Amino acid sequence: MADECFDAISVAELLRPVVDLHRRDPGRLLQILREAQEILGYLPRPALTAIAEALDLPRARVEGVAGFYSFLHLAPVGRYRVLFSDNVTDRMLGSVELMDRLCNRLWVERGKLSEDGLLSVDTTSCTGMCDQGPALLVNGQVLTRLSAERIDRIGELIRAQVAMADWPREWFHVADNIRRRDVLLDARWSAGEAVRAAVVRGRERLLGEMKLSNLRGRGGAGFTTHTKWESARRAASDDAQGRCYVVCNADEGEPGTFKDRVLLASYADLVFDGMSVAGFAIGAAKGLLYLRGEYAWLLPALLENLARRRHNGLLGARVCGQPDWMFDIEVHLGAGAYVCGEETALLESLEGRRGVPRIRPPYPVQEGYQGRPTVVNNVETLCKAALIAVRGGAWFAGLGTKQSTGTKLLSIAGDVASPGVYEYPFGVSVDQVLGDCGAGNAQAVQVSGPSGTCLARHEFARRIAFEDVPTAGAFTVFGAHRDMFEVARNFAHFFAHESCGFCTPCRVGTTLVANCMDKIANGSGSQSDIGEIFRIHRLLHAASHCGLGQAACNPLFDTLSKFRPAYERRLRSLDFAPAFDLDQALSVARRMTGRDDPAAHFGLGAGVQRGEP
Amino acid sequence: MNAASLLLDGLPLPFSPGQTIMEAATVAGIFIPHLCHHPEFKPQGSCKLCTVKANGRYVSACTMPAKDGMEVENNSPDLNDKRRTLLQMLFVEGNHFCPSCEKSGNCLLQALAYELEMLTPHFTQFYPDRPVDASHPDVLLDFNRCILCELCVRASRDVDRKNVFALSGRGIGKHLIVNAESGRLADTGFSLSDKAAHVCPVGVILEKRQGFKEPIGCRRYDLQPIGMQVGQRPGSEEGC
Repeated sequence: MADECFDAISVAELLRPVVDLHRRDPGRLLQILREAQEILGYLPRPALTAIAEALDLPRARVEGVAGFYSFLHLAPVGRYRVLFSDNVTDRMLGSVELMDRLCNRLWVERGKLSEDGLLSVDTTSCTGMCDQGPALLVNGQVLTRLSAERIDRIGELIRAQVAMADWPREWFHVADNIRRRDVLLDARWSAGEAVRAAVVRGRERLLGEMKLSNLRGRGGAGFTTHTKWESARRAASDDAQGRCYVVCNADEGEPGTFKDRVLLASYADLVFDGMSVAGFAIGAAKGLLYLRGEYAWLLPALLENLARRRHNGLLGARVCGQPDWMFDIEVHLGAGAYVCGEETALLESLEGRRGVPRIRPPYPVQEGYQGRPTVVNNVETLCKAALIAVRGGAWFAGLGTKQSTGTKLLSIAGDVASPGVYEYPFGVSVDQVLGDCGAGNAQAVQVSGPSGTCLARHEFARRIAFEDVPTAGAFTVFGAHRDMFEVARNFAHFFAHESCGFCTPCRVGTTLVANCMDKIANGSGSQSDIGEIFRIHRLLHAASHCGLGQAACNPLFDTLSKFRPAYERRLRSLDFAPAFDLDQALSVARRMTGRDDPAAHFGLGAGVQRGEP
Repeated sequence: MNAASLLLDGLPLPFSPGQTIMEAATVAGIFIPHLCHHPEFKPQGSCKLCTVKANGRYVSACTMPAKDGMEVENNSPDLNDKRRTLLQMLFVEGNHFCPSCEKSGNCLLQALAYELEMLTPHFTQFYPDRPVDASHPDVLLDFNRCILCELCVRASRDVDRKNVFALSGRGIGKHLIVNAESGRLADTGFSLSDKAAHVCPVGVILEKRQGFKEPIGCRRYDLQPIGMQVGQRPGSEEGC
C-alpha cells in the first residue's frame, strides 16, 4: 500500500503532540487513533506501531481497536471521504440514486478509492438526520437535505479540490425541527439551575425525589433511574476510595432516532446539568459523555459549553460553592459502531478498547468504567433528571401514565408531512401521533428502530408506554406504497454490518439472514428460506451475547408476521431453490468473451451444444 | 448443612461457591459442549456452544455462576439443535476440510460435530479468503480454520505475557492478527514453547514437520467420542 510514504521516525514525530496531549494514556487510545487519522488521512502501519510504542501497548491491541471502528481506516480513503447515510428513511428520499449519481459524475466505484487518491464514496449507518435527509458525511462534516443539484455541486467542488471550509455554509445547516413541545422542550432556564436545586435539596432528598418521580431510562430498556443511582452510590460507599462515575450515553445509533442530537445541540445545558445532578446524587467526581462519531460536528459547541461551565463554577473543584464536591465532565468521541450504544460495550470503548459488550453480571453500577461503580444514562434521561431536581418527583409522576411517568421525545420521520422531534406525555396513542405529524396513509410504523417493534395498521390504537409499546424514540412511518420487504432487508443489512462479531450466533447469523433476504430479493427465494429466517431468529434470540443479536431478527419476524405477502410475491413456488444459479455463474465468462448467444447460457442453447435433443 | 446443589437435567449436581455451571458439571463428569471454554483460562462465553437453560433463561454455562436450587437444562433436543446450528455456522464461516486437515481426530470442532450429529453444513459456504502464514520456522498458521475462540489470545496474554495474538475487524470480518507490523508470525516473539502454541482447539496453530505423525484413525476423538472424555485435556491423549 502507500504505507511506504510514511517512515517510522517521521510518523512518530508527527503523532507526538497527539499522544502527549492525551498523556500517553492507553484508556484514550480511541481518541488518539481518531486524531492521528485526522493528521495522516488514514492509519498506516507505522502509525499503529508508533502509537503502540508511545502508549506501551502491544501493537496487535492497537491494530485490533483500529480495525473495529467503521470510521478508522487502515488503508487510504482519499482526501474527500464521502459517506451516504444508509438508513431506510434516506433510501426512501432517494439516497441510493444520489450516491450512484455522484459515483458516475466522479468516475469512482462505491467503496473504492479513486485512482488519483482524491476521494472515496461509500455508505454508513444512519447519521441521525432522518428528518432532513438524505444526508451524507464528508470528512465527518454532515450535509443534509441532499438533492440531485446539490450532489452535482458537491461533485464539482470535490473535483476542483475546494477546501470544505469554502463550501456553502447553508449545506451544513442542521435544523432542530421541534414540532411539539411539552415540559422538557419548553424548559428554558439558566445553566446550573438544576445543579443548584439539587445542592439545596441535599443528596438524600434528591434521591427521594428521584424515587417519587419513578423516572425510567429513556434509552429503551426502561430501568428505574433511582434504583440505578442508589445501587451505584451504595456500591461506591462500600469502597474506601469511593470512586464512581456518571456516563452519558450519547451514542444515538438506533436508525431512525435523532432526538438526542436536538438535545445536545440546543439543550446541552440541561444535559450537563443532568450529569452533574447524577454525579451529586452518587458522589461522583467525574462524568463522561460518549458522543457518537457521526455527531462529531457537535463537539466544538459542547466543549465551549463545558469551558463556560468551568468558568462559572458549575464544574471543577467546589461545584456551586460546595467545599466537598468536585465534578468535571469529559467528552469522548465514538468512531462508527452502533454496538457501543450497549452500555457495557460503551464502557469498553471509553476505556480505549474494541466495543465488545461485557459479560453481565457484574453490572456497571457494580463494576463499570475502570471497574468502578458507574451510572450509565441516556441523554434524555439525564435531562429529565435535571427537571426533577428543580420541580420535584411528585410533579413529574403526575405526567404520563402510572408505570411510565413523564414525557417522551419521539423522532418522527418517513412518510409524514412534518418530520421532527415531538414531545408527548407517555400513554399517547400511535393514532394520535400519526395524526399530528401528518402521516396520511400509513401502513406501518417502526417504533424504536430496527431493534424495536413494527406496528401494522390494526395496532395503531396502541399506546407509547413501557407497559404497551416501549420505545427509545424512533418512530418511522411507512406509507401504503412502501415495500415492507425492502424495509426489513435494509434492517437485516444494518445488523450484519454492526454486529461486533464477538459471539457466533450474531456474527454468522446476521450475515446469513442478510444473504437470505438478498436471495429472496433476487427472485431465488422459497418457502424454505422463510423457515430458515424464523429458525435463525429463534437461535439469535436465545443464544446471542447482547441485545443487538437478540433483536437482530425482530424486524424480519415482525414484517413476516404482519406483511407476509410482501415476501411471498417474491418467492418461487418451489419448496427449495438453491442460492447458486448456474446461468448466473456463467455471466463473468460471458462478459469476458463478449458473448450473449443462446449457447453461452444454460437452458435450451446449452442443451443443443451438449448434443442433447 | 447440606452443600449447595443445582438440578442438571433433573439430577442433583453439587457445587462449591463461585463455580460456574460448566465447572460444576465438569467436576461431576457431565459433558456440556463447548469450544472457547478451557479450564485453565478465564471464561469468555463467545462460542455459545455451552448455551443451557437455567431457570427458564438461555445462558452460557461457562460464565453463569451456579446457584443453589437452580434448574438447568443441558442435554435436550432444543439445546442440541441450537448447538448443531451454531456448529454449522462455524463450519460455513471458515474453510474446514476435515479429511485433509492435520488436526482431524484431535479437533474439538470436528469432535463436537460428530457428537451432536451434524450431518451437513446446511448453510451456503462463505469461502473466505484467508492466506496462511508459514513465515515462522517452527509453526504454521492456517487461519482458514480459525473459530475465533481467543484461546491463543488469552494464553499468549495471560500465561506467556507476550500478546502475540489479538483480534481485529468487526462482525463477519473479525479475524485473528499477530503482533507485528509486517503481520507475519516470524516477526513476533512467538515460540513453540509458548502456552499459546498448544491451546488451539482446531487446526490453526500447527507445529511444522509433525504432520500426520500420528495416523488419522488413531487420534484422540477417533478412539472415543468427546462426550465420554469430560475433564481430560489435550496432551493427555493416547494413540493406538
